[in-house]
Order: sequence, then structure tokens, then C-alpha cells
Amino acid sequence: MSDERIPILRMGDYLLVSIQVDMHDKLAVRLQEDLTETISRHVSKGVMIDISALDLVDSFVGRMIANISAMARILDAKTVLVGMRPAVAITLVELGLSLPGVSTALNVERGMALLRKQLERGEHADERHAQ
Amino acid sequence: MASLSDLISKNQNALIEAWTRELLGNPTKSPGRITDAELRRQTHSLLQLIASALESNDDVASPAWQPTREFLEETSRSRVLQGFDWAEIATFIFSLKKPLFAVVRDACGRDSNELADRTWQASRLVDELGLHTVRTLQKVRDAVINRQQTELLELSTPVVKLWEGVLALPLIGTLDSARTQVVMESLLKAIVDTNSETAILDITGVPTVDTLVAQHLMRTVTAIRLMGADCIISGVRPQIAQTIVHLGIDLTDISTKATLADALSLALKRGGFVVTRRGAS
Amino acid sequence: MNVTRSDVLAIRSEYDIVLARQTARALCQELNFSLVEITKMVTAASEIARNTLIHGKGGSMRWELLVENGRAGLRLVFEDAGPGIADIGLAMSDGWTSGSGLGKGLPGTKRLVNDFDIQSQVGTGTRVSIVRWK
Repeated sequence: MSDERIPILRMGDYLLVSIQVDMHDKLAVRLQEDLTETISRHVSKGVMIDISALDLVDSFVGRMIANISAMARILDAKTVLVGMRPAVAITLVELGLSLPGVSTALNVERGMALLRKQLERGEHADERHAQ
Repeated sequence: MASLSDLISKNQNALIEAWTRELLGNPTKSPGRITDAELRRQTHSLLQLIASALESNDDVASPAWQPTREFLEETSRSRVLQGFDWAEIATFIFSLKKPLFAVVRDACGRDSNELADRTWQASRLVDELGLHTVRTLQKVRDAVINRQQTELLELSTPVVKLWEGVLALPLIGTLDSARTQVVMESLLKAIVDTNSETAILDITGVPTVDTLVAQHLMRTVTAIRLMGADCIISGVRPQIAQTIVHLGIDLTDISTKATLADALSLALKRGGFVVTRRGAS
Repeated sequence: MNVTRSDVLAIRSEYDIVLARQTARALCQELNFSLVEITKMVTAASEIARNTLIHGKGGSMRWELLVENGRAGLRLVFEDAGPGIADIGLAMSDGWTSGSGLGKGLPGTKRLVNDFDIQSQVGTGTRVSIVRWK
């Protein structure tokens, strides 16, 4: 039980996390820590969190996602949350969580496109500042 | 002088006979949808309940009368299902008056004060029981109306696919809590089913946008955004723009357009579509 | 109102929060709730179960299948013998915020269910009851 971790896939500059299980709180916290560590270690540019398999996101997981996004930003990486199911979206909104600052996309494909676009925009902005 | 409760208990069989005869005698009161035996059983049960409750007090709203109230509710409900109308169901109770007054008159003999008091007590009792029945019928009808309203809501919030990846939902009428739920469910489902990137919420047909409506709107917009689609609000009239600013709602993430046409134009542009007219010079 | 079936679960660890969710989900499915209704109720259960564990220092969840006036419902009652909530009014007054606010998440949870009841006394404990009707 204590060795259980959510796997993080690395695809070049991007990290992909696909949450497939009903996480207990410690597992969620561990994921947050693992991601921070992995982004830092590989200087990743983008993180995609795929929750298309989740039929529930409560405030704990919601905050975890917001934290991951904020922490990634500090480490100069973009985050995209993809695949939220309609029932989950409706429930989160009713709960009062809107996850401001977290980019979203309908699915993994659109999420990757968004990450790439955000990255290009970011690089151009950096170049402009450097000049 | 015996109490009303005693009078009823002592004359139970006579009352049941007389009451049932009243009910069966009048064609509008019992048009054959209920058997004589069933009717007899119901009058018997109800009289027993009334007699026993009367031993405590004659306040129909008190706890002592709970079994009687529940029996009335149950009987009313089943009668509605059997197809009786309100008048028929209420008459079931009110037709108890005649036999009951007869029993009271016989017991009071020449004592006119006693006769007046007991008759008044009996009359008031039957009236209260009748009212309770009517109240129950009202609740049953309200439940039916609510269910029908929900069904109507679902029918009146059609999601339209304007283009590949672009959905539109014209909202017509007020946006309340129940409506918002239906809207969110059908729109979000449509977004997933059609894999659409943009959802246009057209509020041209929403007469007023106050704090509550604005909150419901924002809830819908947030849910769309959380799923990963874009939302454009169209049909924003000047007054609504003022209200939104007044309410301090932050619309920085959401595009708003005055017309559905403008919203479609923006959605197409975002989707990478270019619209050209053939033969234009 | 009738209670047709009921049972109790201990909430002593975070695995129990998962168990509470799974139990609530199974019961909602048994009552044929819609997908959105299930999601709301199970999320509400998760929120309160976590409160019971974290703020209440552990406690229990009792579930009850209800029948009233011909409709079916599910009630979940969370109890703990923890420090209690000093100002319930304050705890229930967050309103609808657009941020990922901290706190006990009670007002949000209340919106997810049909009936919500909370009793709490400082030094004695807290009891939260949530009901969803079919």
C-alpha cells in the first residue's frame, strides 16, 4: 500500500499523468510531490493531467490539481487538465470550485495542441523580453 | 350526555351503513370505480380511527390524529390513481355529516343546547378532515406538476450544432436553479458527444439578468470551461452589460457578443475556419 | 419515514474515506439515482467523511435507505467526538466562491444534497446528516 504511486509518463519535454484510480488522500499528495520532483529533474516544459477515467473529483483532488498547476508554473512549466466528465464538472461547480488558473482541454489530443501553443507563445514572450 | 367519541363508537355499525348508503346512493359520489366491500372497509376503518382519536381530543392537527390523517392521505392518493376527481374524493368525507348529525340528534333528544354543541363539534370535525383531504390532493397535484415541469424543461432546452465543433444553446425564459441543472447536463453531454470546442450560450431570450440569473449563468460557463471547451455568451443587451458590471462579475475569460451571428463568427475563427463568399470581386 | 436498511462504517483512516465513497456509490446505484445525482452524493460523502477524519479526529458514517411518501432516499450520518465547531453560522456562510477555498467546504456540500443537517458542540463533537431523494 505504501509503495503505490500514480505513474508519470515522460514524452520529451512533456509529462503525462493519467489518473485511473479512486485515490486515497496520501496517494494524491504523493502524486503532487512526485510531479514537482519530476518536472524539476527533467526541466519539463508541460504537464498533462488526464482525468477522463475519473468519475469523481472532490475538493481534495481539486486542490491537488490547482496546486500542481501553481507549482508547475513556478518551475516554468505549463499544465493542462483534460477529460473532465460532465457530471464531475457540474458537481465541482456546485461545490464552489472553479480551478482558476488551470488550463483545460477536452481530451489528450487537444491538450497536447494547447500545451504546444502555450509553449510557443511563452518562448516568443521570453524572446521579446530578452531583446 | 355521551361524548362524540362514545356516540360514534356505540353507533358504529349504523354509521357505517348510513354513510356507505349515502356514498353509494349518489351516482356522482361513487361511479363504480370502487367496490361496495372496499367502500365498507374504508368507512369502517376511518370511523374506528376517528372514534379512537376523539378519545384524546378533537384537534385534527394534533399527534393523536396522525393515524387518521395518514389513512385519509392514503385513501385520497389511491382514489386519485383510481381516477376520482377532487369533488368525489372530498365528498367521501363530507357525506359523513348527514349520518353523524342523525346520530347526534337521536342522542340529544330535546336538549337543544346539547344538540347545537354536539352538531357544531361534529360539523367542525368533518370539515377539518375534509380540508386535510383537500390539502393532500393539492400536494399530489403539485408533485405531478413539478414532474411535468421538469420534463418540459428538458424538452425546451435544445442544443444546436451550428458547425463542426460549435454548439449553440438559445436560452429562452428565466434561468432558475432547476433549469440551469438541465441546461448544464444537456449542454455538457452534447459537448462530449460532438467533441465540440466552443459552446455559445445565447441569452437573447432571457428577459432579466439579476444576481441569481448571473450566478446560474456563471455556473454553466465555469462547468463548460472545466471540461475544456470555450464558452461565448451572445445576445448581451446593453442593460445586461450594465448589470454584469454592477454585479462585479469577472468576465475576462469569457467572450461576449451582441448577436449569435457575431458569436458564430468568432467561434469559426477560433476553430481555424475561414469563410469566403464565392464570386466576390 | 421508514428506514429499510442501515449499517455503520468506521472513519478512522483515509482508506475509510475511499470506502465511504464506494459504499455511498453502491447504495446510490441500488436506488437508481442518475449519474449526476450519484456524483453529487458521493462527492458530498467524501467531503464530510474527510471532515470527520481530519477535523473530527475520526468517527463513523451510518448509512440508511429511506422510504417516505413513496419516494426512496439515502441518508448518510457522520458523527465524531472531536473538538466540535464553535461557530456553525460562520462555517456555513462561505457562499459560492470561485476559488479553491480552504475551510470545511460545508456550504458547497450542502448544495450537493437535498437535506443537510449539522449539529455540533464544542468539546463534544459533530454530527452531519445528508440526504438525497430519488
